[in-house]
Amino acid sequence: MKTPSIDMGRYRRRIGRNRMYMTLSLCATAFGLSWLALILGTLVVNGVAGLGLHVFTEMTPPPGGEGGLANAIVGSLIMTGLAVAIGTPIGTLAGTYMAEYGRYDRLTPVIRFINDILLSAPSIVIGLFIYEIVVRPMGHFSGLAGAIALAVIVLPVVVRTTEDMLILVPNQLREAAAALGTPTWYIIAKVGYRAARTGIITGVLLAVARISGETAPLLFTALNNQFWSANLDKPMPSLPVIIFQFALSPYENWRELAWAGALLITLAVLTLSILARVLSSKSGGER
Amino acid sequence: MAELSVDTSITAANVDRSRALKRFAWTDAFFRSLTRVCAISVLVILGAIMFSLLEGSIPALSKFKFDFLVTERWNPVTNVFGALAPIYGTLVTSFIAMLIAVPVGIGIAIFLTELCPPMIRRPIGIAIELLAGIPSIIYGIWGLFVFAPFLQSHVQPFLIAVFEDVPVLNGIFAGPPYGIGILTASLILVIMVLPFIVAITRDVFETVPSVLRESAYGLGCTTWEVTRNVVLPFTRVGVIGGIMLALGRALGETMAVTFVIGNAHRISESILAPGTTISATIANEFAEAVGEVYFSSLIALGLILFFITFLVLAAARYMLLRLEKMAGN
Amino acid sequence: MRMTASLVAAAAAISTVFAVNAATAADISGAGASFPYPIYSKWADAYQKETGNRLNYQSIGSGGGIKQIQAKTVTFGASDMPLSQEDLAKDGLVQFPTVMGGIVPVANLDGVKPGEMVLDGKTLADIYLGKIKKWDDAAIAKLNPSVKLPSQAIAVVYRSDASGTTFVFSDYLARVSPEFKSKVGVNTSVEWPGGIGGKGNEGVAGTVSQTKGAIGYVETAYAKQNKLTFAKMINKAGKTVNPEIPAFQSAAANADWAGTPGFAVLLNDEPGDNSWPITSATFILMHKQAQDAAASAEALKFFNWAYGPTGDKLAEELDYVPLPDNVIDLIKKTWTNEIKSNGQPVYKM
Repeated sequence: MKTPSIDMGRYRRRIGRNRMYMTLSLCATAFGLSWLALILGTLVVNGVAGLGLHVFTEMTPPPGGEGGLANAIVGSLIMTGLAVAIGTPIGTLAGTYMAEYGRYDRLTPVIRFINDILLSAPSIVIGLFIYEIVVRPMGHFSGLAGAIALAVIVLPVVVRTTEDMLILVPNQLREAAAALGTPTWYIIAKVGYRAARTGIITGVLLAVARISGETAPLLFTALNNQFWSANLDKPMPSLPVIIFQFALSPYENWRELAWAGALLITLAVLTLSILARVLSSKSGGER
Repeated sequence: MAELSVDTSITAANVDRSRALKRFAWTDAFFRSLTRVCAISVLVILGAIMFSLLEGSIPALSKFKFDFLVTERWNPVTNVFGALAPIYGTLVTSFIAMLIAVPVGIGIAIFLTELCPPMIRRPIGIAIELLAGIPSIIYGIWGLFVFAPFLQSHVQPFLIAVFEDVPVLNGIFAGPPYGIGILTASLILVIMVLPFIVAITRDVFETVPSVLRESAYGLGCTTWEVTRNVVLPFTRVGVIGGIMLALGRALGETMAVTFVIGNAHRISESILAPGTTISATIANEFAEAVGEVYFSSLIALGLILFFITFLVLAAARYMLLRLEKMAGN
Repeated sequence: MRMTASLVAAAAAISTVFAVNAATAADISGAGASFPYPIYSKWADAYQKETGNRLNYQSIGSGGGIKQIQAKTVTFGASDMPLSQEDLAKDGLVQFPTVMGGIVPVANLDGVKPGEMVLDGKTLADIYLGKIKKWDDAAIAKLNPSVKLPSQAIAVVYRSDASGTTFVFSDYLARVSPEFKSKVGVNTSVEWPGGIGGKGNEGVAGTVSQTKGAIGYVETAYAKQNKLTFAKMINKAGKTVNPEIPAFQSAAANADWAGTPGFAVLLNDEPGDNSWPITSATFILMHKQAQDAAASAEALKFFNWAYGPTGDKLAEELDYVPLPDNVIDLIKKTWTNEIKSNGQPVYKM
């Protein structure tokens, strides 16, 4: 029998090429991971240096003075809380329509499409929009305008997760409830929401994580405030905008506070993301 | 006697039931309309955004008409504004960012799906996704205080020296090493869009039926050959969709770019020079814009950005939709 | 009995709240120039410690200050560029100066210490025109024979926002360089031939301190507070001067406050051996018809306090020049005559 000759050269070239590309992909991963380590490392080193109890108890100082970030933290908490309070109900209800009442009608795919666009829209455009419809008629900047801008960013996230989570609920549960004679809204409330509860909360957590770091929409809606302000009708300080202002300044104490604030935001965002992930995996395990 | 009482109780029950059913019908209709209204609000918001941007841009657009898109001048004093420099900056930074991020992102996805030992696959995947979670202002600060000085002292002089005598490239890599500038902004965008490309490419790679992969391996293909000739063509639409999604993000990125772009309303040949993007211009100048035309020009810039990202995102979503349909969802 | 006790307790609680609110004093809001921001924030801090009243000042650039006061979103606006009589009349504004200060060129060069470098108007103009591109250029070397200048490219930094500081700086460069005047011109925001933009005096100082080989123009307090490498200048009389209070005072000595409507004097390139060539006053803009009389009254009280001895001392610590007493009297007369609410002057002497 004649054995076909194998072209070892070509084979070796193929192996070599494979090895090269696989090494490149390994390098790419190392590349990506090293940036993460670098950024987080610098953040931790510089941020921890500026951290201390005073950051949470004192207000933003004038250049060169002593102070902290208390008013900015509170302002951020207020606006974030309000944004979630506005965006979550509307978003949940919208997602409910898309998953329950309107699952197979023609409107839902359109809304889904538009919602995804809104999800990825540049946040600065949203800031401009809120300026036009809230700040201008009101005549001045306000914490309320800032909260509304953030709510517009929260909305698509909640809509998407609510819809996804509700669709995952098995229809048998709904059918069983319907067989008992429950009205649709009761089924949605008691069966749908209860089953999807963890998922929806995860979505809200992700939305909060997202808006915690948003600066651009607040720049011309809530503006900023040197002092303590819990008044929604006045400009309200927020952590990201303060960081923006302080980081670009030449003052040493301001820059220190900017890094500390940056560390705080990153820790908050990462904690929320990890929490969301833990929650969603737990609920996935239960099912 | 007993029958009578049973009859009345049944009638009573019937009355109760019909009352209850009417109530259910009413609350059902109410809840249904409520959710419908909220769902439509999503459409309304998008429409309102477009409308308010259009309305706000009218003064500028009616004054400059088409010239707005092609003028480089940006002069708040003589009230002559042109969007060319910001548009150029937005497009160039995003283009360079995608040029670098796409191969790297696909490389990471290949690693995670083909090479990575299953045990560390999850942590590495999470680590890459953490990059997406870091707020963009952190990237801005890090870029300004750590990355830009590093580029200024080590990378940029090297690039200038290396390309000094090369005919076309010495114009692209020319100029004093500022540290900040278009290249720096692009590099930061690379790190920011990487997790998006990785996440979507990875998800899409996992939809490839193992049958296809295994038959290729069975023929003796190397891992790279399987990826290149089976996986990538199969997932082509999804990968492109993911890339366009990442592009949409790069185009709209504000804070990270504002810190390191240099705020110069100029189009320079060199990518080491400062420039500006649409979002950086708006972020920097909006709070202090005096005068109706200046103000309206900034909103017009926002409108242009919205259109560009809308088109890119719509195309991306459409492609991903097609892929989902093909995969039989 | 219990009812009365709880009512009394409730009333006490409510009145404490109101008492606290009454003691929680007024919030004055202002926005504008970053030129005087170091001294305004120092004054605000000291004033709050003394009286409990707060001044919330946002440093957004002179252009922003003008816009905000026109929009009536703040109690006062601040600008380094004085508005003309027509502009003031159009919006019903009153303008008065608070302090004077100098603008100083700052650079970031290895091995060069603050005050070591010397520049003159023409050289500075040529740098900003882009004609002088490297630090070891002959023109700079001629003025600095004893300084080791590196062969580094000059990274020009300017203000990216509409700024009175730019107005004053460009005004000076236009006076000493006809080419600058025709090519670039004088205004709060000009088209610089090249360089990087920084936001506010803070942004320019920050960018200069971050970028090797950079040159920028900032108000003196910024250079001083952040230990930037400032340059000495050669003035109109041909003498080299340091950017310090005596130099600014010498430049301000010839100002004709009473004769200029709206106190709009420009102090650039003044004669005098000791005069600093880039000097300017900074102005406050308020509405003649006070929209919120209480807030306007509080603002004027604040400025009155700032014109006093404590305010002067704090200003001089940061190298700002307090106004002479006769000018302050004129200003107070303007307040009484011009700023009114319902026909009554808001400021009571």
